[in-house]
Amino acid sequence: MKNAVSDLLRSRELAVALVLIAAVVLTALKSESFVFSADGWRNLLVTPSMLVILAVGQAAVIVTRNVDLSVGSVLGLTAYMTGRIFIEAPGTPIIAVVLAAIGLGAVLGLVNGVIVAVAKVPALVITLGTLYIYRGVFLTWAGSDRINASDLPDDFLALGNKQIASIPVLSIVALLVLIAVGYYLYSTRGGREMYAIGSDPDAARLYGLPVTRRVIGAFVLSGALAGLAGVVYAARYGTVSSGAGLGIELEAVGAAVIGGVAIFGGSGTVWGAAIGAALLVTINRALPVVGISDFWQRAVVGGLILAAIVLDRVLALHRERRLSIERDTRSLA
Amino acid sequence: MSEPAREPVLVLDEVHKSFGATAALTSGGITVEAGSIHALVGENGAGKSTMVKIVAGVHRRDGGVFRFQGDDVDFSSTAEAKAAGIAVIYQEPTLFPDLSVAENLFMGRQPLKPGRRVDRAAMYEQSEVLFQRLGVHLDPRRIARGLSIADQQIIEIAKAISLDAALLVMDEPTAALSGVEVDRLFAVARGLRDEGRALVFISHRFEEIFALCDTVTVLRDGAYVATQAIADTNRGEIVAQMVGREVGELFPKTPAPIGDTVLRVERLNSTGAFHDVSFEVRAGEIVGIAGLVGAGRSEIARAVFGVDGYDSGSVHLNGEAIPMRDPRASIKAGMAFVPEDRRLQGLITDGSIARNIASVIRRGLAKVGFLTSRSELRAADEWAARLHVKTHALDMPATTMSGGNQQKTVLAKWLATEPSLLIVDEPTRGIDVGTKAEVHRLLSDLAGQGIAIVMISSELSEVLGMADRVLVVCEGRITADIDRDQATPEAVMRAATQLHHTEAGA
Repeated sequence: MKNAVSDLLRSRELAVALVLIAAVVLTALKSESFVFSADGWRNLLVTPSMLVILAVGQAAVIVTRNVDLSVGSVLGLTAYMTGRIFIEAPGTPIIAVVLAAIGLGAVLGLVNGVIVAVAKVPALVITLGTLYIYRGVFLTWAGSDRINASDLPDDFLALGNKQIASIPVLSIVALLVLIAVGYYLYSTRGGREMYAIGSDPDAARLYGLPVTRRVIGAFVLSGALAGLAGVVYAARYGTVSSGAGLGIELEAVGAAVIGGVAIFGGSGTVWGAAIGAALLVTINRALPVVGISDFWQRAVVGGLILAAIVLDRVLALHRERRLSIERDTRSLA
Repeated sequence: MSEPAREPVLVLDEVHKSFGATAALTSGGITVEAGSIHALVGENGAGKSTMVKIVAGVHRRDGGVFRFQGDDVDFSSTAEAKAAGIAVIYQEPTLFPDLSVAENLFMGRQPLKPGRRVDRAAMYEQSEVLFQRLGVHLDPRRIARGLSIADQQIIEIAKAISLDAALLVMDEPTAALSGVEVDRLFAVARGLRDEGRALVFISHRFEEIFALCDTVTVLRDGAYVATQAIADTNRGEIVAQMVGREVGELFPKTPAPIGDTVLRVERLNSTGAFHDVSFEVRAGEIVGIAGLVGAGRSEIARAVFGVDGYDSGSVHLNGEAIPMRDPRASIKAGMAFVPEDRRLQGLITDGSIARNIASVIRRGLAKVGFLTSRSELRAADEWAARLHVKTHALDMPATTMSGGNQQKTVLAKWLATEPSLLIVDEPTRGIDVGTKAEVHRLLSDLAGQGIAIVMISSELSEVLGMADRVLVVCEGRITADIDRDQATPEAVMRAATQLHHTEAGA
């Protein structure tokens, strides 16, 4: 029994999922329409999709002991580009626009990755720089202009609300991204190498792993997913102003940390990061419903991040003690 | 396996390599034949590790001949060397702590299922087979974090063996292993030799070299000195070639007057680490603690010093009770502790040598709460000179020093506190012959000055040579307390493996 409980606690994904479910249930008790209404149900599923996509990319980068702070700017830039394409070239197929956004994001991610790999400066500093540069490019391009829902084709805007079997299309997109990246990280050699690199970069180099290639790959993935998230942003909100995606990179990092992705790399899963993202978004929506003021919402998010880190530390100490006892009994056997 | 070519597997000749202004290797050379185990010896700083790293593709040579299996090669990465058929066990284990043991073994070459998916079941199975071959029990599913150094070393060995390489280079693979594990490793090494592979074995332990190798190459000061068949040479000759001079006795413990009891440890217990440990150490006495790696020797030392806690029992120093888990109180009472892994626990490797030496006496040095570099340097100077720390400048970072000088720096740091008890854990691990003798002479001197010394060592000859009394630890218990004149290798090994035999019968 005790084992079952500690196993449960050790599965961070499950623990965070339980917190998420509890939050949803408690809010639904207060206001049924939070879940049990057409709008409530759709919002519950669709609102997290953008942050989930970002958090998945962020988790892949953090696993390699790096971080990508530029995703908010990439998201803003690609969201704006999405709108511009529809304005400049009406009739462009939606899929082409989506691919263009992903492509731009990937290129911006490649720039991050190459600088990090070549300059050997912590990614925190590099992507803090590109955060401002990409945002600056965006501001220069957009000026005081903004994209309005009326600029966008109806088909595209419909994506934001469309459902298949009462599941919103955007949620399905996020889920597919999650499954694909989750599969890559858990089941392929390349994915496992990313964990190895994050676990001990020097050992990875000595071992002969393609460290540079994998780290650049992680940044390209993060950038591409930020590009996709930009399209999701445009489809969901219809308007893109110069403030689009401002500060969302920190939410993505927070989601990954809450979901059990170790900030020093090497452990955690994108599943945890995705559930963490869903929890962050849902709690932000739930707090006003249960009558907690805006002021406290950010404090709650901060509290979640700190709780996650404290939990990590406690579990690590517990595990160390268990391992040392195990070592003892093994030598006695 | 390979074609029956009479060509040597590895040829290095006149290889040189410099790092900045320092020449690590001026004319290194070695010729390793297939089906042979070749010892590579030399003092620390002689260039062995640099040569290994050139072969492994970590460093690129500046010039000289490098032939592998008859072809001229020039590896620019470890991946290339590995692909060519070279496996290397590095001195320090290089594992991925967050990943499972099996993943550590097969990273980058995991068995695959259809769809290029990593086949974890097959990976665990193959790991078990490897461990069986090495005769060890390790769970391939557990993560590598928290494994003992010996277990980590075993994983490195398993990894290298599983590479199926034509050349296997082992840089001090036995440093952390116990007797049984060393025997197993040697059996595997001989098996590989009989399959026609070439092995290079680096060790500071002559018993091992003579037991395992058939040829020996000596390096000195970055240059090739000689290659001989093991059968045609002896320890004295090799040592003379290594140092370019005759070395005096290796373990020069001189008798010192034994005084009053300094340390009294009574019935110390710690769940999962050690049980019912009692012993005394008197002034001027060197007490050796022997036992297999993982027997609990370091854990006892850490608990006595106060780094770790314990469940029951007491520690007295000079009649004064030492509080549990309070290293600062222990230092104040007159204890000094040089830990096993000096890089992790005893040395601020990025800090300057002076800062390292002065770090424990800072409080005494600080003036009006401020610590000046000058006062640090002055205090450090004295101790560095007394211990012959070889370095150009005391404000140089400690990480640039050789292992022997690092160890002396750690010792200097503690001696500056003027302790009445010195605990040293593996004082000469990874240190070359010349420095080893210096460390031994130093410990002997300190005992002569009336300091009580507890010395933990895995090297039996060191314990037997240095200690006035040998305590043997086996699986967390003290199984023997042997006086110097009765201490024989057989007596110590019997006590160190006692429980193994009784348990095996049950």
